[in-house]
Parts: sequence; structure tokens; C-alpha cells
Amino acid sequence: MARDRSPAERVGAVPDPAFEITFDGRPLVALPGQSLAAALWAAGILAWRTTRVGGRPRGAFCGIGHCFDCLATVNGAPNRRACLVPARPGDAVTTQEGHGHAAPGDR
Amino acid sequence: MPHPVTDDPEYDLAVIGAGPAGLAGAVAAAELGLSVALLDASSQPGGQFYRHPAPALGATRPEALHHDWATFTALRRRLADSTATLLAGHHVWTVVRAEARDLWDVHAVTGADGDRDRPVRVRARAVLLATGAYERHLPFPGWTVPGVVGAGGAQAMLKSGLVLPGLRASPAGARPGAGARVVVAGSGPLLLAVAATLAAAGARVPAVVEASGYLGYARHPRTLAANPHKVAEAARHGAALLRHGVRLRTRSAVTRVHGSDRVEAVTVSRLDRDWRPVRGSGRRIACDALAVGFGLVPQLDLATGLGCATRRARDGSHLLDLDAQQETSVPGIWAAGETGGIGGVELALTEGELAGRAIAARLGGRAAAGGSGRGRALRRRRARMRAFAAVMAAVHAPGAGWSRWLDDTTDVCRCEEVGAGRIREAATAFGARDARTVKLLTRAGMGWCQGRMCGTAVACLAAEGREQGPPPAPERRPLAVPVRLDALAALTGTAASDPGEPEEHAAGEDSTGG
Repeated sequence: MARDRSPAERVGAVPDPAFEITFDGRPLVALPGQSLAAALWAAGILAWRTTRVGGRPRGAFCGIGHCFDCLATVNGAPNRRACLVPARPGDAVTTQEGHGHAAPGDR
Repeated sequence: MPHPVTDDPEYDLAVIGAGPAGLAGAVAAAELGLSVALLDASSQPGGQFYRHPAPALGATRPEALHHDWATFTALRRRLADSTATLLAGHHVWTVVRAEARDLWDVHAVTGADGDRDRPVRVRARAVLLATGAYERHLPFPGWTVPGVVGAGGAQAMLKSGLVLPGLRASPAGARPGAGARVVVAGSGPLLLAVAATLAAAGARVPAVVEASGYLGYARHPRTLAANPHKVAEAARHGAALLRHGVRLRTRSAVTRVHGSDRVEAVTVSRLDRDWRPVRGSGRRIACDALAVGFGLVPQLDLATGLGCATRRARDGSHLLDLDAQQETSVPGIWAAGETGGIGGVELALTEGELAGRAIAARLGGRAAAGGSGRGRALRRRRARMRAFAAVMAAVHAPGAGWSRWLDDTTDVCRCEEVGAGRIREAATAFGARDARTVKLLTRAGMGWCQGRMCGTAVACLAAEGREQGPPPAPERRPLAVPVRLDALAALTGTAASDPGEPEEHAAGEDSTGG
């Protein structure tokens, strides 16, 4: 069995054309049908939120919409579960700080 | 401005959850003449077990990440050929008795994460709860570091999104997906399946770390002999792991994660029989991610909200108390699959079919084809597999010593960032004896996930060092999923009925089952 097969190769994926999304302004490639969390993982990104109390980084944990660790700000709307929301062309994902309701630029 | 509640037509049966149990139940009932609505939060049927990529990802061989994919495609075909209506993207948040007698109102919010769309009400004469399970987690130092993911979560992200955790950002053109090192740890048969799937998809799995031993199974030779498919399944996973050079460490646990912004390594320690880490046994394993889980817990929010009676399993979790027909203690509310005990896909398929047939018989559908012979065969299979499930729950039940690997600063509640020290303080200094009191004192379990991630751990810590008191009642979550206020506002007058107290809760003690 080939050891270095990727998941997409393993299932013989012939996806629709890839598109671009951004994470904190940086362009990433996403595949149609992937969740935002999957697209971020594929780009090597594991954290897209900082916690309210300790300011610690978090990303996807349960992967099925139960734990809410993967909350992200998507196109300006905070508290979207990145593991459930499908990636769409041009989506702007930004690191959600705390509860996500701070004014833009307010640190 | 609240959206108006959309009323779907009235159905004979509303099935909640389109995993193996729900699919089997919906198909069986629809084929026997009932009108059926099948609701699921996901955009596609299959549940967690048969989770698969969205059509746009163009997977030509989805079966490569699944065992027994043909069973799912056959069910999906029968569903499409039946009169059943699949309501995908429906997050059910409560089920209540309708004003009209003998009718139930199933309330859902819609959309990918239930956050944006219209609220829906589905009215039905009977409800089949096939809500499955979620993963049980036990905290350990570093479990909140990005790259630590649920074992089931890693598998879900792989099956649906074709990605692995812990990949390093690669230069453009590099082949994505291959090469991440993922340690798999925790307890339960799911670990072997997850490790085999990850390895097949190109991850390197430096170790599978199982807190229990497998010898526990050997104490039940007759149950094993009656379930050869389970033995074969374990052998298949074992062979796959050997092929990929994966090392299996039993009676061991990950007791620390190293790294601050992402996982760099884990410490694996040996455990004694009670899961206490053995001093000085820690070994560091370099990795990019950790997939961890300690078995599954039935998802009972809707059932406990309805007042359905529960009982305790041998691993301490709460199960629905069901009769031979799969009906709960609330007439008209039925359940199948993991809600009645964690037993795996074959048991879920069997129970779903049994429930669908029983509901059709109750509501006056056509007589089941195959008649009582099929029913007898299904009941025999259920009994055999439930016996195996009970062995499995006992073998992998968390040992009381696991909390010795915590330090006081380990966040137990991920949402509210409540450390083990504060929870122990609530228990020892302020007399909290159960998860609910700890929650009120510390906010542990009060956050977004409503204690789904930390509930087991908080209950264990609250009970530490005490004489065994009355076992805790199952968590009650009046809203099974988050609901926007405008969705609630749109319901004026439709959902105000009191769901009533569940029997176990009202009695203040537990039935002795399990």
C-alpha cells in the first residue's frame, strides 16, 4: 500500500475547480465541498481563535459541530463553526478574538 | 425581524438523525407505508459513521475510507426510492407534545451551522430518536493546544474534508495531505479504526495509545464467539496497523502535550490497573497532532428533555431505557442505535429496522414483509450485539485513577477555561458533589458546548474522594443545539409546553440497569 498517498488520492477525488479564500488576509486555496476548517487544516493552519480569558489559540477539536472550539469570524460575522460552514469563493476568515464582538481594530 | 416558522406537512413518523439507525428506521417505516420525515443536521445522510465528502469534492472511490460502504449506498438508494422526505441541514433543538393529542412537534433551525436560516416545525404522530453519540473526553495537560483533536473528529474531518490534522504549511505545488505525524490515543475500539483510516490516508501514526488492555475481552469468550464479525473487524484493523508499522501501546495514556501554539510532541506514560500513571514511565514521542478520545457517550438531550427514562451503563454513561420494541418510557417516542447503548454500526442498523417495523405496526402500516421470521432474526442479532456492547463498555470504562495525570492548571472546561484546581476546590472547600453544583460555582460546563466536552471529567472530579453517593442524573439541556432568539420569538405559543421531569431525575436515584 502506498504510504504517502494523500486523502484526496486515496478516494480518487476529482474535485470541481479550487478557489481562493483568505485567512487574516493571506490567500489560501480551498476545494469546493470542504468546510472552512478543512481548508484551513489543508493549508497547515490549526488555530483561528483566541480564548476569551487566557487569549490562548484554538482551532477545530471535535470536528462535528459539538465543541465550538472552531469558532471563527467569517466575512465579518463572528462565532461561525468553521467545521460546519462550507468554504465559498472569496470567503474572508479572520482570527476570532475572545467573543468576537470587539470593534474592528480594537485590541 | 423573526422569520416565520415554516410548517411542513404532518407525517406519521419523524426520524431524527440520518446515521445508520435513523436511515434503517426511516427506510423500514416508509416501505411499510408510513409517511416519514428524516431530519439531520448535516447536508447529506450517513451520520458520523458513513460521513463522506460533499459531491463537489468528486470522490470517485468514497469506499476507500469506509468499511461496508455498500450497506450505506443500498440504504441511500432505498431511501431515495421510498416516499420518505429527507430534511438535510435541520438542527433539531427540541421535541414537544403538540396541542393536539398524540402528535409531536419537532423544532429545528436550518443551515450549515443552524445560524442563518428559517426555523422549521415538523409535526408527526411518532418520533424515532436516532441521535447517535458524541466522543467522551478526559482532559490532560496540554489538551487545549491546537493540533489536539478528537479521534472521532479527526476521522470526521478526513472522511468529509479529505484532510489530516497537523500538516505543516507546504510550498505551493507540494502534495497536500501526506506526511503529518498523528498519535492516536485514549480508549475504545474506535482508536484502531481511526488509526487505520489515518494511516491509509497518508498520515504517519507513531503510536496508538490505549488506556485499557485488550485482555478484558478474553474474559468473555462466549460473547466473542457469538460476534465473529467484531473479532474480524479488530483483526482487520490490527493487520492494517501492522502493515503501516504502527506501534500499539496498551495500558498507557498521553499524559502531557508539548508545544504552545501547536503540538510538537506528547508524553506517553504507562498506567496501572486503575489508570494511575506510573511514575517515571513517561516517554516523549514527537508528532504534529494528537487524535484522542475515550469512547462514545449517547446523545440524549432531546430524549431527556422529553422525560424519557434512562439507566446507567457499566462505563458510567447514561443510556435510554428501551423496551423490546425500541420504544422509550414516553409512549410514541422511540429510539435506536447509540442512544440505547454504544454498540456500533451493525447494532444501530438492526435496532433502526426493528424500530421502523414496530412503529409501522403501531400506526397501522402494512404488515412487514418477511413477517415474524425477520423480526425474530433481528431481535436475536440485537441481543447478541448488545451483549458484545456491554463487554466493550466494561473493558474500556475509564479507570478512577485518570485524574492523577491532571495538574491544577489543566483546563478541564475548554469553553470557560476552568482549571482542575478550581473544580477540586469547588468540591473540597465548597462541598460541590455533582457536576451541576460545580457548574454553578465555577462556570465549568456552562459554555458553548454545554458540558459535552468536560461533563465526564467534572462529574469524576466532583465525586473524588467521596463515599459513593447517588449517581448523577444525565445532563439536561433544554435546547439541544444553540438557537437564535429570533427563532425562539417566532414560536410564540407553539413550544411552551413543559417537557416534564425525566423519571430518573425526579426519583433522585438511578435504576440499576446496565
